[in-house]
Amino acid sequence: MFKMYKERLIKIEKNIYELPKEEGMKVPGRVFFSEKMIKEIEEDSLKQIRNVAMLPGILKYSIGLADMHVGYGFPIGGVAVFDLDKGIISPGGVGYDINCSVRLLRTNLTKADILKKQKEVLDALDRKIPSGVGRGSKFNMNRSELNRILEGGAKYLVEKGYGMKEDYLHTEEEGQMKDAKASKVSDIAIRRGIGQLGTLGAGNHFLEVLFVEDIFNSEIAKVFGLKKNQAVIMIHCGSRGLGHQIASDYIKKMEKEYGFEKLPDRELINAPIKSQLGKDYYEAMCCAVNFAFANKQLITHWIRETMKEMFPKISIDVVYDICHNIAKFEEHFIDGKKQKVCVHRKGATRSFGPGREEIPKAYRDVGQPVLIPGTMGTASYVLVGTKKAEELTFGSTVHGAGRVMSRSSALRKIRGEDTKKQLNKKGIEIKAGSWKSLGEESPEVYKDIEEVVKIVDELGISKKIARLRPLAVVKG
Amino acid sequence: MTKVLIEKFKFLEHTADIKFKAFGNSIKEVFENSALALFRVFYDKKVEEKKAYKIKVKGNDLESLLYNFLEEFLVLFDSKNFLPFRIKNLELNEKKFKISAVVVGDELSNYNAHVHVKAITYSGMFVKKQKNNWVSQVLVDV
Repeated sequence: MFKMYKERLIKIEKNIYELPKEEGMKVPGRVFFSEKMIKEIEEDSLKQIRNVAMLPGILKYSIGLADMHVGYGFPIGGVAVFDLDKGIISPGGVGYDINCSVRLLRTNLTKADILKKQKEVLDALDRKIPSGVGRGSKFNMNRSELNRILEGGAKYLVEKGYGMKEDYLHTEEEGQMKDAKASKVSDIAIRRGIGQLGTLGAGNHFLEVLFVEDIFNSEIAKVFGLKKNQAVIMIHCGSRGLGHQIASDYIKKMEKEYGFEKLPDRELINAPIKSQLGKDYYEAMCCAVNFAFANKQLITHWIRETMKEMFPKISIDVVYDICHNIAKFEEHFIDGKKQKVCVHRKGATRSFGPGREEIPKAYRDVGQPVLIPGTMGTASYVLVGTKKAEELTFGSTVHGAGRVMSRSSALRKIRGEDTKKQLNKKGIEIKAGSWKSLGEESPEVYKDIEEVVKIVDELGISKKIARLRPLAVVKG
Repeated sequence: MTKVLIEKFKFLEHTADIKFKAFGNSIKEVFENSALALFRVFYDKKVEEKKAYKIKVKGNDLESLLYNFLEEFLVLFDSKNFLPFRIKNLELNEKKFKISAVVVGDELSNYNAHVHVKAITYSGMFVKKQKNNWVSQVLVDV
């Protein structure tokens, strides 16, 4: 008789559950949920954990983090690691919004400074930075310029005068994946992306002005340049139409080359890491990653220009910029042996502890900053990466709260107008693309960020450093 | 035999993305109604019919044909700022998996569209005949 996946879970220890290996699975599944949340775990997301565990060359576990929910093919909030010789790379394991990511900026302003001009700040940022559906970029470029951005990322834009060296040094991969090859990106992907550099897009993407409400570890907070009541700015966006099309293009190519008949789900299409097609996808994916880094670099530049008009003495620095949807080559310990592997993080954040070379020098002694955006009305968190994450989750942690309510039921139950009123009551000013998009992204459609952060902190796969509260929100 | 009127499409529950089923008395109709469901995701009110594009797509099976057909509208949306509303002159070759059609709609910037569809996905996708009617299922990433 068929047993629900939920019923097959075995508790390993607090906050860790295993989905035992069954026929077809090469490794077991591991989900990092609290006892409270495991009761509400989606059956289909566990099925996806199982499906991923069936892919060739997967190592150790198919992982679901505390913010996991159903995705397409791979679950969102999933991590899977593959052997370089026997393993695969999968566009569905990265997601369509390649390098959907978060950048945090610190300022020398305080909460009180922002409150004095709260509405003005919101209006000015909303005017300057295009957001929502179909609002194109003010940044014009030709194809050869776009190619340089695809290969050079945020670093290239800084060299062109759109920022400071520290901006890209404080970005994952130093703002540029060096394996990017623009020749691997299709003409259609270029056409979809060329008018979108420097735009937030819609859906869950946003730009927020927040303040540091609480500090949990003052020494590390100091290293990250954060202190209580300081005003900070968070940007959440990705590689726009360009990245979406790259994913789609390579899904089609891989289907043609390898067929999908044997896969448990068509969205799990993949190519061996060592194959030409696997390499081509990786090099194209790197272009989308760079496009997303450059996207946030340009937005950072515009934020500086805009804020300077209102606060002439303002200084704005990048704390860090982290990737959510990405495949990368990293070294990890597999059964006690150091091995270079291909890590897929889909709706997951890298969380490296002290000492790793990939971390910017300024943070290397303490671990990388981990940025976890909450929902519009709730807190966001800054955490620090840990050695424990490297042991338990291949150096990964959650990427946000994770949705619990579908967009269609949100639309039935929540009016955007009410969401705005609620936020205003809490002292948060907001501008959104439409009432509908506001209702769809209302705080109640997400899991409780406090619970999600509590789990990762208890597990030790990232540790709390600071809690941020929003003051002004521009929503796509 | 009288033609039975059936609903064109319906939206299903999905936590993060948007899922729909479309229906049709013929394979042509289910493709057309799938496109209309996608247009409804973009924008749920009337769009003026001021611009038109001719589209031609190919696939290897019915699902990839539907995927490629629907993807055309995302490309027009992003690269031409085009908000589609209606399909005209749809021709479908079931054996060669080919479609041609004309799509009419308007400049996107004239409307306050609220959803940007990132991609069509193959997750749970199907196009099939059930008794006398055709039905498709599509999950789009938003």
